[in-house]
Amino acid sequence: MSIQTFMQHMVNGISLGSLYALLAIGYTMVYGILRLINFAHGDIFMIGTYIAFYAMTAFFLPWWAAFMLALVLTAIFGILVERLAYRPLRNSPRISIMISAIGASFLIENLGIVLFGGRPKAFPIAPIFAKIFSFGGVSIVSIQLIIPIVTLVFLAMLVYIVNHTKTGMAMRAVSKDYEAARLMGIDVDMIITFTFGVGSLLAALGGVLWGLKYPQLIPLMGMMPGLKCFIAAVVGGIGSIKGAVVGGFILGLGEILIVALLPSLTGFRDAFAFVLLIVILLVKPSGLMGKTTTEKV
Amino acid sequence: MKKNTKKNILTLTALLLFIGFLTIADKIFDAYEMRIINLAGIYVTLGLGLNLINGFTGLFSLGHAGFMAVGAYTSAILTMSPELKQMNFFLKPILPIFADVQWPFFPALIMAGLMAAIAGALIGAPVLRLNDDYLAIATLGFGEIIRIIFTNTQTLTNGALGLKGLPDFTNIYWSWGTAVVMVVVMVLLVKSSYGRAFKAIRENEIAAEAMGVGLFKHKMMAFVLGSFMAGVGGALLGHLMGTIDPLMFRFLMTFNIVLIVVLGGIGSITGTVISAVVVTVMLEALRFLDGSMDFGFIQIEGIPGMRMVVFSALLMVVILFYQRGLMGTNEFRWEWVTNPKETITNAWKNRKA
Amino acid sequence: MLGKIEKPRGKGSEKVTVLKTDNITMRFGGLTAVSEFNLDMKEGEIVGLIGPNGAGKTTCFNMITGVYTPTEGNIQCMDTDITGKKPHEITKLGIARTFQNIRLFKDLSVLDNVMVAGHMRLKSNLFSSIVRTPDYVKKEKAMYEKSMSLLKEVGLEKEADEVATSLPYGKQRRLEIARALATEPKILLLDEPAAGMNPQESLELMEFIHDVRDKFKVSILMIEHHMQVIMGVCEKIYVLDYGVTIAQGNPREIQNNQKVIEAYLGVDE
Repeated sequence: MSIQTFMQHMVNGISLGSLYALLAIGYTMVYGILRLINFAHGDIFMIGTYIAFYAMTAFFLPWWAAFMLALVLTAIFGILVERLAYRPLRNSPRISIMISAIGASFLIENLGIVLFGGRPKAFPIAPIFAKIFSFGGVSIVSIQLIIPIVTLVFLAMLVYIVNHTKTGMAMRAVSKDYEAARLMGIDVDMIITFTFGVGSLLAALGGVLWGLKYPQLIPLMGMMPGLKCFIAAVVGGIGSIKGAVVGGFILGLGEILIVALLPSLTGFRDAFAFVLLIVILLVKPSGLMGKTTTEKV
Repeated sequence: MKKNTKKNILTLTALLLFIGFLTIADKIFDAYEMRIINLAGIYVTLGLGLNLINGFTGLFSLGHAGFMAVGAYTSAILTMSPELKQMNFFLKPILPIFADVQWPFFPALIMAGLMAAIAGALIGAPVLRLNDDYLAIATLGFGEIIRIIFTNTQTLTNGALGLKGLPDFTNIYWSWGTAVVMVVVMVLLVKSSYGRAFKAIRENEIAAEAMGVGLFKHKMMAFVLGSFMAGVGGALLGHLMGTIDPLMFRFLMTFNIVLIVVLGGIGSITGTVISAVVVTVMLEALRFLDGSMDFGFIQIEGIPGMRMVVFSALLMVVILFYQRGLMGTNEFRWEWVTNPKETITNAWKNRKA
Repeated sequence: MLGKIEKPRGKGSEKVTVLKTDNITMRFGGLTAVSEFNLDMKEGEIVGLIGPNGAGKTTCFNMITGVYTPTEGNIQCMDTDITGKKPHEITKLGIARTFQNIRLFKDLSVLDNVMVAGHMRLKSNLFSSIVRTPDYVKKEKAMYEKSMSLLKEVGLEKEADEVATSLPYGKQRRLEIARALATEPKILLLDEPAAGMNPQESLELMEFIHDVRDKFKVSILMIEHHMQVIMGVCEKIYVLDYGVTIAQGNPREIQNNQKVIEAYLGVDE
């Protein structure tokens, strides 16, 4: 393979990795606080993309307004899902809340099919995202550059919030010890709401960027990325934001490179994530950047 | 002793009546209705398999569809005639060892279960040591891996094209006969020492281990047995539908079975049986939601996907308000029939519980 | 008020050591929960393990029963090295336990809770259990009868078919003990058996522990905060503080030990 082709793949892998990272963060934050796999997260991502789509095509909003609207509305949507599907089951056995998550996921997907129709829709791409640059034989579409940059910006903001604000500190406290945080006077419900809001916002961001990179929208578009991004979060170390980012990039790059280097395995592209999961669970279940904890008996 | 013999007589009578019903069923119902009845029976087997793993042993496994696929494809490849195989595998011929194989149904069915059980053992070995959530995702992952493998091994499974023309062995005796056998096995298992051990693992793993129940060994047993049942169910399904393809066995299939188990009551055999029948019938009955409804004077355009919206919403309602499902962990008892007054007064007294 | 200290039964003057830990240490990352714990338990002894909260007592139990693998040191049961073995293997070798926070099988009946503990001794495979071979049926019946007699022993035979969670706290504790006994142990580890008991119940418990030791021929190691029970029942006591063994000896020696008094004795229950 030539250097140019390899660089092409790298660029592709980095932008895909950024998208996965954005989605994985939502999973890891929710799991860190609630010990819950938010199966519906991938579908929230889908909703974000569709909101942007309809904002642009049905309400003729300019792309920047549509995107902002999508971020805000999806954040609210994610908070609603928590309120309706997860909060009532907070004190129930784990299996109930997991089934609720799966149920919510299916409900949203099928509502999507009903409301949006199963046929693929074309995501409008503003010219600014379609400019093509050439670097020494490697042609890069502007969106490929915008994705990692935007991801980094939002990541930086998130890291700032988590490490340098009171809310962020409260988030860290709740994920370390739920009960103790509550006893310390932290409004845990508020923190959980905030976490879902932030996670869903990032998912929506991932969604619109995804729409710009892969402009075909279907209601089930969130299923595979959702699953893969949870795996990315596990690989990186569930509960760790850094880990989610690392996991997302490993997954994105790995997927692209595997297909690039071994074209005969293209059909198995989706299996890569699952194989990676199995390997990590066997070798280091706490993830690459996670810590092992022991349960008190 | 007297109470037991009375119960046994009642059970035997019920069984005979049921067999009688099976024999006359195809005279009462038309082909479409028969299909639904067969499907219900198959879902009983599938639901019981999942309930054994999830409900009785407390292992949240989401890979059931994968084991069904293993069973379905095993039975298909073993029972299809060489000519049929040639016709199907037109893109790439089937692996030579399987080209001329043609088995009768019963051994193929057993083999389907065995292959699924072996898959269960292979997957269970690494995965059963994980905690709840990871187990769910790992089994889901494996279910998907199996499906992806089947989609990409043209010479073994005919890939995405699937297999058409599976011999239609599944009749009411096979579907419901298997269901009855599975119910009997489950009842005997759950009431045995091993059944108690499984439930102990579900209730409190650490205490179970401290009382001498080897966790890995017993989890494997439940998982492998449940996978066997999934394989048998998958094979029966294949021979009812006549065609199978990898897309049939995606996560949606597992979801449907999870739905059945949850609605009926995780940990209740009776619940699973009732729920399987009800859900199968409803899934068919609500098909109209997806297509257009013709009331004669008006026509309402159906909305594709509405059916599953209703079912997902139903699952949500049950899990949010009736967590324990229809039966909770209760089982059918003959006392309900022989002593209805006491049953009703007790249920009324305990309704708050 | 001290009960009588009974002389332990043994084979003449040479008593067999049934459980021995050799400098076992448990470290969790930077925290040393238990430091060089040396236990020597003879056949038929009732040994106490006391210390302030967080001293590492349950951690010792967890190391002995295989829940944790000691970071250092080893554990011998009779002549077998059980260090790092899995809990169910250790239970099979004859060590049973109860838990500080009761761990009953909540949805199972009282009887089933006890019968589960008999499962490993049943020696019947899955197939014969399902098919109900005469051999299995016979074994299960024997297990049923043994379980019922154990329930009778702790006074729970009337509640045999009730759900375990419907029992009041005190009875739940008794059920845990019956369940542990159902594993046919040679060594019984009791983790705060007297927790939540009033003085009358504590007296009954003391007698009960003696009865258990005599009737079931077990050696008992118990963690307790109830000083009356410990002093009245144990022949030997180990005192832990921050994971370190600060004293060991018979009840009189412990009561007069300055370090122990400083650590926490004097708290009357």
